[in-house]
Amino acid sequence: MKILVAVKRVIDYNVQIRVKEDNTGVVTDNVKMSTNPPDDNAIEEAVKIKEAGKATEVIAVSIGEEKAQETVRKALAVGADRGILVKTEGILEPLAVSKLLQKIVAKEKPDLVFMGKQAIDDDCNQTGQMLSALLNWPQATFASKIEIKDKSLEVTREIDEGLETIEINVPAIVTCDLRLNEPRYASLPNIMKAKKKPIEQINASDLGVDTTPRIEQTRVEEPPKRKAGIKVSSVAELVQKLKNEAKVI
Amino acid sequence: MSVLLIAEHNNKELRPFTLNAATAASQIDIDVHAVIIGHECGEAAKALSELELIKKVIQVEAPHYENFVAENFAPVIVKLSENYSHIISSANTFGKNLMPRIAAALDTSQISDITKVVSNDTFLRPIYAGNAFATVKSKDNKKCVTIRPTSFDPCESSGGSATIEKSEAGEEFAQTKFIKREEIKSDRPELGTARVVVSGGRGMQSGDNFKLITSLADKLNAAIGASRAAVDAGYISNDHQVGQTGKVVVPDLYIAVGISGAIQHLAGMKESKIIVAINKDGEAPIFSVADYGLEADLFEALPQFLEELNKLNTIQK
Repeated sequence: MKILVAVKRVIDYNVQIRVKEDNTGVVTDNVKMSTNPPDDNAIEEAVKIKEAGKATEVIAVSIGEEKAQETVRKALAVGADRGILVKTEGILEPLAVSKLLQKIVAKEKPDLVFMGKQAIDDDCNQTGQMLSALLNWPQATFASKIEIKDKSLEVTREIDEGLETIEINVPAIVTCDLRLNEPRYASLPNIMKAKKKPIEQINASDLGVDTTPRIEQTRVEEPPKRKAGIKVSSVAELVQKLKNEAKVI
Repeated sequence: MSVLLIAEHNNKELRPFTLNAATAASQIDIDVHAVIIGHECGEAAKALSELELIKKVIQVEAPHYENFVAENFAPVIVKLSENYSHIISSANTFGKNLMPRIAAALDTSQISDITKVVSNDTFLRPIYAGNAFATVKSKDNKKCVTIRPTSFDPCESSGGSATIEKSEAGEEFAQTKFIKREEIKSDRPELGTARVVVSGGRGMQSGDNFKLITSLADKLNAAIGASRAAVDAGYISNDHQVGQTGKVVVPDLYIAVGISGAIQHLAGMKESKIIVAINKDGEAPIFSVADYGLEADLFEALPQFLEELNKLNTIQK
């Protein structure tokens, strides 16, 4: 079984987001970038499946500017065998990303495609499902447990009402929840080894996909600020305020 | 052109967020039609036809629609979409799972999780876990939009008398098989819709100590929430998690106990009407969003809180 894992480079989840003064976007200059957190879970799961002898190869693919190579390199350092970087400039919407991934799938012919359930920058939660639709493959979104069977997977999904279990035949797409596993850290020797693993570079423009944005982002602003609250000195005061001032109890 | 709302239901009843999605849909265009896909879902279809904002219901039934598998649902909506300018659903796990599959089939760039309808092609949506808001304008002919349910009021559940039209079912997608669903049952209000939420964080120190949260929640008829740290530490199951990767809640009263207020958590609760923070670290970021902050040891404060609430009840009686 061959597993393709899509990883995205995003602003690190610990960075406090700042909106640009001209309201055209958020500040990304000199800001720490990392792998999108649930994409780390996707890589971890693929590597674990390979370690269990149930996959033969794990390929990490990222789509973005030249620097997205760091994100691919990190995936190689935790166990992916080789990498692909699809180079693009500017804003890419999930629809365009899924069309580019469709081309990579056609080239690599993986049995499974894994990725995070959502990117923490645009919060769209679309790419995996869109890729499934384009390929007409089954999808298992928000996966918190994956069991590999002969020609299928049994996947437990995190849904609003609780948990759902489905069985999907390969080839298939799985989008990973943060609860799927505990991503490992790359050891120094593995980081050194990853430097020797191959990363193929492909220009998005050579893949014959129209990636022109369909959505115009006209303005980005800060969320409305909450007015400053007060500190109360005792539980009795708190309960009085909730009852008489806020009138919520 | 009319808008098409995808109803969410359990084959017997509508799920409550369908009513919020109907409100959002009506703000795009007053002519809202709703599609209900399921198995023996006549009761739910009837309830849908009675919503005040729905002008027409399309009911599609087959045994393979019983469990809401997106691979089965998407082609039905794609087929119906010809007559509609917008396809709308809630941005909960149902809509998140389904809508992109429809959008890709229609070659449309989906707009996810909107909190406001600015015009029929322009919407406001949170990005970076609500740390910024983007105004976005769709240039696609057909628009696929998911809405954040808590940002729109539910519509009236009565007063409507839409016609129910049956439409032909599609084929079953054989590569996906539903096995089981384990719903978490509870006598408490549901976290997503509760009027009061009491949440515990890492400061609770153990799962056992969550009893203190439970007692307070019982007293206030509240849902129980938790921070990701408390979930990761195993104090409580993950369906209680509030935050970017858990549930987004907008109660009238949110009480955060022993929660420091990581960005991830704030994204899930900072739109609450009144926020109370109880934490012994006076510098904790949770205080920056709290209307009422109490700097105290939670193990002393929570029993006192209960006692004060009991006193209150006695006086009222």
